[in-house]
Amino acid sequence: MKIDESKLDSIIKKYNNEQGSLISILQDIQVEYKYLPREAMDHVAKSLQIPRVQVFGVATFFKAFSLKPKGKQQIHVCMGTACHVRGSKMVLEELERKLGIKAGDTTQDNEYTLETVNCVGACALGPVVVKNEEYRGQMTPIKVESLLGTKIAKR
Amino acid sequence: MNLSSVKELEDLRKKILSGRDLDKPCIAVCGGPGCLAKQCLQVRDEFIKEISAKGLKSKVDIRTTGCHGYCERGPIALIFPQGIFYQRLSIDDVAEIVEETVINNKTVPRLLYSDVEAKQVIEKENDIPFYKMQTRLILSNNRMIDPNSIEDYLAIGGYSALGKVLGSMNPPEVLDAIKKSGLRGRGGGGFHTGRKWEATRDAPGDIKYVICNADEGDPGAFMDRSILEGNPHSVLEGMIIGAYTIGSGVGYVYVRNEYPLALKNVMLAIKQAKELGILGNNILGSGFSFDVKVNRGGGAFVCGESTALMASLEGKTGEPRAKYIHTSEKGLWDRPSNLNNVETWANVPMILNKGAQWFSDIGTESSKGTKVFSLVGKINNTGLVEVPMGMTLREIIFDIGGGIPGGKSFKAVQTGGPSGGCIPENLLDIPVDYERLTEVGSMMGSGGMIVMDEDTCMVDLAKYFTNFLQEESCGKCVPCREGLRRMGDILKDITEGKGRMDDILLIEDLAGMLKDASLCGLGTTAANPVISTLKYFRDEYVAHISDHKCPAGVCRELITYGIDPDNCTGCGLCKKNCPPKAINGERKQTHVLDTGKCIKCGICYDVCKFEAVRKE
Amino acid sequence: MSKKVEKSRGEMISFMLNGAEVQADPKWSLLEAIQFYGISIPTLCHDEGLTPYGVCRMCVVEVGNGNRTKLVASCMHPVTGGLNVRTHTSRVIKTRKMILELLIARCPSSKKLQDMAAMLELKEVRFDPLNDDCILCGLCVRMCEEQMVAKAIGYAGRGMDRYITTPFDMTSDECRKCGACMFICPVCELRCQGPQAETTLCSGCINTEPVCASIYGEAMCFMVPCLSCIKKPEDVKA
Ligand SMILES: Cc1cc2nc3c(=O)[nH]c(=O)nc-3n(C[C@H](O)[C@H](O)[C@H](O)COP(=O)(O)O)c2cc1C
Ligand code: SF4
Ligand code: SF4
Ligand code: SF4
Ligand code: FES
Ligand code: FES
Repeated sequence: MKIDESKLDSIIKKYNNEQGSLISILQDIQVEYKYLPREAMDHVAKSLQIPRVQVFGVATFFKAFSLKPKGKQQIHVCMGTACHVRGSKMVLEELERKLGIKAGDTTQDNEYTLETVNCVGACALGPVVVKNEEYRGQMTPIKVESLLGTKIAKR
Repeated sequence: MNLSSVKELEDLRKKILSGRDLDKPCIAVCGGPGCLAKQCLQVRDEFIKEISAKGLKSKVDIRTTGCHGYCERGPIALIFPQGIFYQRLSIDDVAEIVEETVINNKTVPRLLYSDVEAKQVIEKENDIPFYKMQTRLILSNNRMIDPNSIEDYLAIGGYSALGKVLGSMNPPEVLDAIKKSGLRGRGGGGFHTGRKWEATRDAPGDIKYVICNADEGDPGAFMDRSILEGNPHSVLEGMIIGAYTIGSGVGYVYVRNEYPLALKNVMLAIKQAKELGILGNNILGSGFSFDVKVNRGGGAFVCGESTALMASLEGKTGEPRAKYIHTSEKGLWDRPSNLNNVETWANVPMILNKGAQWFSDIGTESSKGTKVFSLVGKINNTGLVEVPMGMTLREIIFDIGGGIPGGKSFKAVQTGGPSGGCIPENLLDIPVDYERLTEVGSMMGSGGMIVMDEDTCMVDLAKYFTNFLQEESCGKCVPCREGLRRMGDILKDITEGKGRMDDILLIEDLAGMLKDASLCGLGTTAANPVISTLKYFRDEYVAHISDHKCPAGVCRELITYGIDPDNCTGCGLCKKNCPPKAINGERKQTHVLDTGKCIKCGICYDVCKFEAVRKE
Repeated sequence: MSKKVEKSRGEMISFMLNGAEVQADPKWSLLEAIQFYGISIPTLCHDEGLTPYGVCRMCVVEVGNGNRTKLVASCMHPVTGGLNVRTHTSRVIKTRKMILELLIARCPSSKKLQDMAAMLELKEVRFDPLNDDCILCGLCVRMCEEQMVAKAIGYAGRGMDRYITTPFDMTSDECRKCGACMFICPVCELRCQGPQAETTLCSGCINTEPVCASIYGEAMCFMVPCLSCIKKPEDVKA
């Protein structure tokens, strides 16, 4: 993967080359590329003068980071306690069936990435599914079809 | 504008207030997380459109606020000056509200709160049972201000505690007030805030840090989010006062990754405060300087733990370290650091404004002030509630929370997040304070309160928390990493009917070791959900193990679905929706479920309108 | 921690060790002090030459009085005046055994762990074996960083998925191929292929997944999975 180092440098500069801002820097890079390209992490390690293995460690430790490109649409199923007691697992399983992937994976056509989160702060509406930025409350397995739209339902 | 003295701050406040008419109508639309998910912003935009269409733009204010607490009834709008509470709004209701209430000063009864029992509608927010029983010291300001307006905050007396502190108190006096107030940490441990500040203040070193813990990792809780989103300046004010007391020049706010709006609001608040000279160099001309930086988390529960949080602020993985030397001596970058929770910081200005005595009059002997809880799960009134310490769980759940929906019976309430415990019905009359909750095997935690009814399986719940912690464990130390792995395996076996009676002993052994030997608080408390459910709901474990039955009908391996011919009308809905096509039957004829094909997804159970699908 | 007075070296402080009052240098860790008095404490993640890390928790001891006692990791805990330390209470022993049981379940064929089990009289392992070859003690990481100043290996993942690896799971220029990481590994024999060539490293036993002689010569390799060393960056899936 070719990366634009000047773009990275401007992100890094925004944080004054501070080692403490590693997580924020990686987050900004992820926004830019939708994942963390290895070359970008290499560059960050060099610029901040931290061991590469530390950058790799941070990138694999935190849930927010992905080392694989994500799909165009992101579906997050809340697995927080409030959603759990209201049956979010059933919703997740239905999504997994409909999309033919497991949580954490991306569909073959790169359309959807299915992920779980722990509480998005809308517990009152549990079970909650966030599709891209849009919140869907009181989800049931039945509502999954309309969430995905017709395209997937026909698969 | 750069305010260079406390007097200039007060002058500015007067100027803001004199430009404001308290009788001017204002529509405060809740923009908290719950309402956002119910499209409240569209409702607000409709209000804006409608108000300008009616030519009222200069006569009516519209305010988007932080969470009002009653998420269950969202989208919510409060109409000032009357204080009328409209709920469950949609864009179609807007025109009527503007016409009837804003212009004609009447109400729209169908949009008001209605009390089922009393068979009456209630107009004013404060008369609604949900709100009436609360003491909303921290949350009530959310509805009064636009979080993005520092002027709004100043108008409700914001930064006056800071003015008081910088103008007339020296650090030891502030410390004394915080100590006398009895304020204890709202983030988990319940450590005395004053004592913590003092330790950091007394620790040797020139550079010290104050940090705000807004990582809120408890799944099922959103108090800190709502405070930071709805009233970020109150948290900043607390931090500035803390920094002044401790002698710190730099502060950090560590915001959970999943909270973009909180992040945005707090960053804006910092910018506004800097522009006014309330933050930065030589604050209000006092000679005291303090700056705040914001860091985002990366999605790891363990980063709520103090040393892990600090490691992550240093750009490392969020691994805790031993705290035999406290963070008040060696914290961030090995310098003295004081970490407090969002709600703890938000309490500080109030204490200084109203006095330590006033604060310590609220609450119980050992726990002072109020506590915000996020009341969720199987409960009628989901939302955020703020109550004085010492209120009983029963009052919170039944009087404020309105009890359990659907005529089901209460089974347990889980407090304290994943490291807390489950409290059964017969202990509901204990007052909520730090000590009592710990005594019954749970804890205060940061304020999650998850209510469970008869349909919740306690073994499944214990498994849920164990799996959560297993995923969130940093993996550094053996007890937690390997212990939780094994605990999870055993619980999985039990919920699949493969458990043995001596598994319970093994769980207890593992729990003891986790508590004794883990490196950080995640591991030491990780067994609480299992231990407390074993203590109060042992019979459910036994039912799973020896009878291979899940009494609540949750554990999939132990239940079967079937169709009750007496209730089945042959509507065919289940058949249509069943993913593996395990249901057969002609229209208007009794349907039959093939248990061999059934994958137990539960969809038929959900869709059947005639309660004909049974699980046992 | 109310006393902030820095004690000068040599000024001893006293504490109670298994009922006897003893003296120790305040710069020592509790473990060092205990070992100084000849009491043996099992450890797995500790090495004299490296910064203590405190993760195996085998070194726990009970401190405190009456029923207000707790277990602490002695390798991390400082010696403080007035401490009442007991090294072999039933609570301590029970905890050590449980931890060891968990570790053996993870790496059942490790000689070192088996010896330790014999010493602690651990007779039964109640968990299914995992057949892993690393207990994540972190000795290798600290060795590489502190003694070799290479920082070539570290941790990746978290929780149960945590593992030791090189940057991006690939061969790297940082590694000096010194073999120090292998030398210090307490369960290294799990990666051992038996004596193959003469070497001065690691007690004379080459201990690796198949040695890629063409690349590493006689030194040892740390790569998991094996053969990642010959993968070029483009072979490694993003
Ligand atoms: C595993 C773990 C997770 C924690 N998560 C949080 C959290 O999300 N928010 C929080 O304020 N405190 C959390 N805490 C508690 C903090 O470590 C710390 O005690 C607290 O922030 C101190 O602030 P306080 O004294 O104001 O409560 C957590 C503790 C542990 C052990
Ligand atoms: S107790 Fe768990 S979270 Fe804490 S250090 Fe150990 S492994 Fe990490
Ligand atoms: S062989 Fe490589 S990884 Fe191992 S200690 Fe030496 S430099 Fe570090
Ligand atoms: S490879 Fe060996 S030394 Fe390194 S962490 Fe694993 S067990 Fe410890
Ligand atoms: S638990 Fe799902 S939104 Fe809070
Ligand atoms: S030797 Fe102390 S924890 Fe490993």
